[in-house]
Amino acid sequence: MADVNRGNRPLSPHLTIYRPQLTSMTSILTRITGNAMLIAALMIVWWFLAAATSEEYFNTANAFVTSWFGDLVMLFSVLGLWYHTLAGIRHLIWDNGIGLDIPTAEKMGWACLGGSVLLTLITVAALA
Amino acid sequence: MVQLTLPKNSRMTTGKTWPRPEGATNVKEFHIYRWSPDDDKNPAIDTYFVDMDTCGPMILDALIKIKNEIDPTLTFRRSCREGICGSCAMNIDGINTLACTYGVAEVKGAVKIYPLPHMPVVKDLIPDLTHFYAQHASIQPWLETETPAPAKEWKQSIEDREKLDGLYECIMCACCSTSCPSYWWNGDRYLGPAALLHAYRWIIDSRDEATGERLDELEDPFKLYRCHTIMNCAKTCPKGLNPAAAIAKIKKLMVERTI
Repeated sequence: MADVNRGNRPLSPHLTIYRPQLTSMTSILTRITGNAMLIAALMIVWWFLAAATSEEYFNTANAFVTSWFGDLVMLFSVLGLWYHTLAGIRHLIWDNGIGLDIPTAEKMGWACLGGSVLLTLITVAALA
Repeated sequence: MVQLTLPKNSRMTTGKTWPRPEGATNVKEFHIYRWSPDDDKNPAIDTYFVDMDTCGPMILDALIKIKNEIDPTLTFRRSCREGICGSCAMNIDGINTLACTYGVAEVKGAVKIYPLPHMPVVKDLIPDLTHFYAQHASIQPWLETETPAPAKEWKQSIEDREKLDGLYECIMCACCSTSCPSYWWNGDRYLGPAALLHAYRWIIDSRDEATGERLDELEDPFKLYRCHTIMNCAKTCPKGLNPAAAIAKIKKLMVERTI
């Protein structure tokens, strides 16, 4: 089959045709929350820097951080932080070779999702 | 590398809609990926209508019926029609599985069929598995021994033999590896679930005497550690095996031998 055309072979479709699975979605969410929390971290660092610079600058930064938009970023960051923490614990369990069967993995996935919402509500209630 | 979109020559277009069977009342619609190396066209999705009253229950039955009665150019691999050869592995209704063991009735609405994901396409539903097989060969899937061969066979206790259950049943259909996003993005260097399941099968074989060398081979940021426990592999395996668990156990052995 020396004359077979190998050069022009298309790549079969992947991400757009594969049905999302609970385990794959909770996995990518771990990575997304991990990266998204960088925004909150930068905001907090900026807030501290402003406090170390001048009273005026701090007032500007503080006004932003405590505004409704700042609150919203913080709320989602708390949610992301809890989710990422719970998903991290799930990874530690998996690293011991436990809970890798699909039913257990999916139950832990739901626990991460539900648990992060619950813990966020508790955190917000405790801080409010 | 992560490339979310398909290359230009791989983007799909709407293909031909083939005629409905006349007088049929129980018709199922099939959307099937087509690509031929004989022209310069992009892949296309053809639409077929199958009379299910005169068709067997499995997806493979429908594919064979389409090939026999509607469109003889439709190309796919098949052999045993009972889930043991792994030839008819393809993406059906969004998951990778065997056409011969997946029922048409399990799919709601039109049945969408693509080749196994993120693979070079030879024609229609046939992916090029050369690299996949080469990776399997790279883990040396055979018994490695140093002691002289016994007069009869290499013996194994019942308990040690049981450790191979859930591993030896793999039929190398490639459903798992081609369902894995890590394998999509790093398949050139990451061995993927199927090859790693086989690697583990030989690592824990009580008769094998190359366990250390086998682990040395896998001690690599890409070959083994691109597995992030996404678990698409275990979820999609048509034989109900769990490559994710096998990989986790290899990782655990890596840690245990250093402490």
